Amino acid sequence: MEQSVENKNPWGGNARPFAASYGKLMMWFFLMTDALTFSAFLASYGFSRFKYPEIWPVPEDVFTHFPFLHGDHPLLFVALMTFILIMSSVTMVLAVNYGHKMQKNKVILWMSLTIVGGAMFLGAQAWEWGHFIHGDRGGIDTKLENVVHVAEGEKLSSVYKLMDVDKYSDDSSLKYFGLNNLNSEMKEGFDQENLNTLIEQLKVKPEFNIRKANKEYLTNEQSVEYLQQHATKIIIGANLHNNEYGHQLFADYFFFITGFHGFHVFSGVIILIIILINVIKGTYEKRGHYEMVEKVGLYWHFVDLVWVFVFTFFYLV
Amino acid sequence: MAQESSNSNWWIWKVFWILLVVTAVEVVLGIIKPPFLIETIILGTKLLNHIFIILTLVKAAYIVMVFMHLGHEVKGLRWVIIAPMFVLISYLLFILLVEGFSNYV
Repeated sequence: MEQSVENKNPWGGNARPFAASYGKLMMWFFLMTDALTFSAFLASYGFSRFKYPEIWPVPEDVFTHFPFLHGDHPLLFVALMTFILIMSSVTMVLAVNYGHKMQKNKVILWMSLTIVGGAMFLGAQAWEWGHFIHGDRGGIDTKLENVVHVAEGEKLSSVYKLMDVDKYSDDSSLKYFGLNNLNSEMKEGFDQENLNTLIEQLKVKPEFNIRKANKEYLTNEQSVEYLQQHATKIIIGANLHNNEYGHQLFADYFFFITGFHGFHVFSGVIILIIILINVIKGTYEKRGHYEMVEKVGLYWHFVDLVWVFVFTFFYLV
Repeated sequence: MAQESSNSNWWIWKVFWILLVVTAVEVVLGIIKPPFLIETIILGTKLLNHIFIILTLVKAAYIVMVFMHLGHEVKGLRWVIIAPMFVLISYLLFILLVEGFSNYV
């Protein structure tokens, strides 16, 4: 592939100083700039987190569920997502490797498996988003610009349990789940009504109490007093306006960072499919090299690389 | 690219196992949260977080150097990609996480 340049200054022209093709170099430069975008996202996440160290939600309280399993399994689902992405990175390296050896059928096999891995990751992320948006335990918004949670003693409980409401039924006494199209006046009415019901329930159920945003547990009497003074409404689920898990910025960053990454995975899957079609058609066989597979491989590994950082800074730290 | 000449793929699977084991260690540490790692505070954050960041950088190095082949590119290209990352990201973190809070002290 390399042109022979005998004892010439590599920067003197008519040579490739980096021994890489134009396309590959530009992919590297694009990935470098993209990495800076993600760094900016994660650094600003860190900034906000350190700005509100006391009231920032703990990821283990937020991402606790695993499909088809009951109870709390913090980190397990994201660990699975990480595994899927690492696995798809491995299949991608194998595809690139067989591309170098000009073995078309093996390139097709491993690229297809990479696409399957990418699709599985996207599905897992859709599940995670769905769960995050619909909510888990419910929270109570306060005038102090933070969110408190219902607890039983020193353990988190849920709004549904306190109010004896079936989370999954439509005709529950919790009117308006924050998702339907009521006008703001009706919403406020319902908010007040639901909140009053919750406080009444708290008065008659001494086993329940409140965990403040700084993770401090109040007694039952303190909780009732706290809610009467500060509470504004019950929050179910999370979006860009409300966040039952805690500080609003947490939900905003969640949607922006995992969304931006998920969009990269999505476009990666699309590009992989296009290149796979070319491989099947024999485009690269005719061209004499599989460098295009290598370039899309670079992009795919970058997506994995970003997830490694998102995993650490969003779910672990 | 010396590895291409060999027919086996053992080096790919080696990196796979490294990434898997490091991730497993991170998850286990994240679930059990050893108390002494949480109580020890270094540079404003828990020792556990430093461990997470170091393990993440190890994983990142393996992905970039082996999977993305940067380790086998010529030295000039390697530095053109890596040097700006180190300089600009350190700068960004310094501006946001150090200077950003200077008026709170």
